[in-house]
Amino acid sequence: MASGLHNSDVPNPVLRWIDQRMPVITMMQKEYGSFPTPRNFNYFWNFGALAMVNLMIMIATGIFLAMHYTPHTSMAFDSVERIMRDVNFGWLMRYVHANGASMFFIVVYIHIWRGMYYGSYKAPRELLWMLGVVIFLLMMATAFMGYVLPWGQMSFWGATVITNLFSAFPLVGDWIVTLLWGGFSVDNPTLNRFFALHYLLPFVIVGVVFLHVVALHITGSNNPLGIEPKGPQDTLPFHPYYTAKDSFGLVIYFIVFAVLVFFAPNYLGHPDNYIPADPLVTPAHIVPEWYFLPFYAILRAVPDKLGGVLLMFGSILVWFVLPWLDRSPVRSMRFRPIARICFLLWTVSFAVLLWCGGKPAEEPYVTISRFATAYYFGYFLVILPLLSRIEKPLPLPESIARAVLGAGALPAGAAAKPMEKA
Amino acid sequence: MLRTSLKALAIVGGLLGASPGAQAAGESVAPPNAGFSFNSTFGTFDRASAQRGFQVYQQVCASCHAAHLLSYRNLQALGLTEAQVAAIASQVQIQDGPNDEGQMFERPGRPSDRFRSPFPNQQAARAANNGAYPPDLSVIVKARPDGANYLYGLLTGYEDPPAGFAMGEGMNYNRYFPGHQIAMARPLNPDQVEFADNTPATVENMARDVTTFLAWAAEPELEERRAMGIKIIGFLVILAGLAYAVKRKVWANAH
Ligand code: HEC
Ligand code: HEM
Repeated sequence: MASGLHNSDVPNPVLRWIDQRMPVITMMQKEYGSFPTPRNFNYFWNFGALAMVNLMIMIATGIFLAMHYTPHTSMAFDSVERIMRDVNFGWLMRYVHANGASMFFIVVYIHIWRGMYYGSYKAPRELLWMLGVVIFLLMMATAFMGYVLPWGQMSFWGATVITNLFSAFPLVGDWIVTLLWGGFSVDNPTLNRFFALHYLLPFVIVGVVFLHVVALHITGSNNPLGIEPKGPQDTLPFHPYYTAKDSFGLVIYFIVFAVLVFFAPNYLGHPDNYIPADPLVTPAHIVPEWYFLPFYAILRAVPDKLGGVLLMFGSILVWFVLPWLDRSPVRSMRFRPIARICFLLWTVSFAVLLWCGGKPAEEPYVTISRFATAYYFGYFLVILPLLSRIEKPLPLPESIARAVLGAGALPAGAAAKPMEKA
Repeated sequence: MLRTSLKALAIVGGLLGASPGAQAAGESVAPPNAGFSFNSTFGTFDRASAQRGFQVYQQVCASCHAAHLLSYRNLQALGLTEAQVAAIASQVQIQDGPNDEGQMFERPGRPSDRFRSPFPNQQAARAANNGAYPPDLSVIVKARPDGANYLYGLLTGYEDPPAGFAMGEGMNYNRYFPGHQIAMARPLNPDQVEFADNTPATVENMARDVTTFLAWAAEPELEERRAMGIKIIGFLVILAGLAYAVKRKVWANAH
């Protein structure tokens, strides 16, 4: 009889009854309690957990906003202001949601940067990395459509410029644009479908995040040394070590978030988006939200429309094949003296592109964008494949425990604990 | 390790710092800092100034500009009493209806009514203003870079065009309006209104007051927001200390 039941060791009888039939408690204990985690994480390893929390914040505030928001061109702008004025704590919901999008991108950009610096995309974590790129693309689509909802000038004109990009594709281009618009210009049908999709996509993200975590828990985490744990002495149980460390990081994240929401809620936004959308008045400079600026700069660096669109999409799609462009067996840039410098320069090129994206499409910004774009792609397509062959890495440490605890004996407590649990 | 994290933070800070540059200059002159109390990090609105500003708005600006996101009842937040608000509201006629006969009718305003707009629609507003549209002022301070200083600069920035400057028909030269040619004639002139508290009605005073009023109109939650922010951030800083202590304790023998 009991053979069909899960063999649960949960002490509480009620919880055990549940766990025997549906072993979620055992699963959580295995994946987040005793889960063996490299003992040498630095604070860059907080950002995955932060992204998860951020996603939940976006969904929670978004649902409350949706209860009061009206997706109609003649009412959307006023309904958002009404939320800010007449709904209890509506201003808080709206500013948390709007700044939450910025926080989400800050967190995820750091998370991706961490993956690139410490080589987390390399075998066996290629699929985990690719799922992350999928999440990033979905986030971009979600944020883009969310920004259209308040129906200010930048909402309208940003939507017009970005959706128009698809018309560059031969044959299917115009068809795609009409499909996105639900008509022949950005108008009420566009706003309606964007609202529906903006509500849907975050839940798709939740699904892909789940797969991302499943893949993570098969391969285990990478770490700043980029070498695999060789045994229990190299790992610590996730709880309490990383729950404690993540909690501290989470509070710091909340402080940064709170400073934005309470003291600079419109700092990262554009004032033009407080002007109601007007199809007859084009703003002097149409700029997307700050987190899209690097890609916007790449788009405008190319004189040809189709070329610009392809390069812009290519700049993210190239991340998918990163595991196969970088063949070096050494993961962490700490042990790759040349690649490390080239990658830090790549980071600079990304920052330069972000800066150029916010400037008007004129000289010297266009030329600067071109150089930065060239380096951006050059790093992935030329430098990394080449370095994989010629770079001589520094010697790797023997093991994580050795690197962290030194050559001496392991402190008894620390070494024993993970072995009891793991 | 800490140094690398700090470096990353600095980079992100740099990125963020870059973004407001997104509003490129064009032909506009940056307005000087007019020193508004609410523009400092923990600042609040000067109630007396905002009340006078409402008077300026009502007696001057409201003949051309709407502020349709505001209700009369909101004025209580500026320190007006319920009776004062009711009296202000009752001065305007609001279209209501349809009644049981299916007719629209006019009635005196109530505190729950939105501010009455001077024109029924954009076309009527343009027709009365030589084709130019006086924008709704409800959120104007949020809708311009450095909004309050800009608005103050705009209202005090009317001057003679420099020699040789080609002015359009019916346009006015303004130092701070982008492109310097604005269709709105100088709206504020000395002693245009009479303040009950005997504040001299200079252009600068009226401009400062109406800007304070419109800044409040754009962000009526500002004071509540900052007060809550101080409490929440104070709490979080303490929590961060505790979380750090816990983390240190947990990790004490694992390094
Ligand atoms: C006689 C009608 C009239 C009055 C009175 C008036 N305005 Fe205007 N206002 C206009 C018009 C018309 C425009 C549009 C100007 C343009 O687009 O060139 C305008 C534009 C503005 C703008 C927008 C400037 C910009 O950056 O686009 C502001 C702000 C403004 N007015 C504030 C005020 C304030 C405050 C008052 C009261 C002190 C006031 N106005 C009184 C007609 C008026
Ligand atoms: C991945 C998660 C999400 C991201 C990145 C995101 C992003 C955004 C952005 C950038 C805006 C514009 C903010 C502004 O300037 O006003 C916005 C608005 C909005 N979002 Fe989201 N969002 C997310 C999830 C959700 C969810 C799950 C819902 C609803 C269930 C939702 C509902 C809304 C509504 C109603 C608005 C319009 C109100 C407003 O503009 O403030 N969002 N979103």
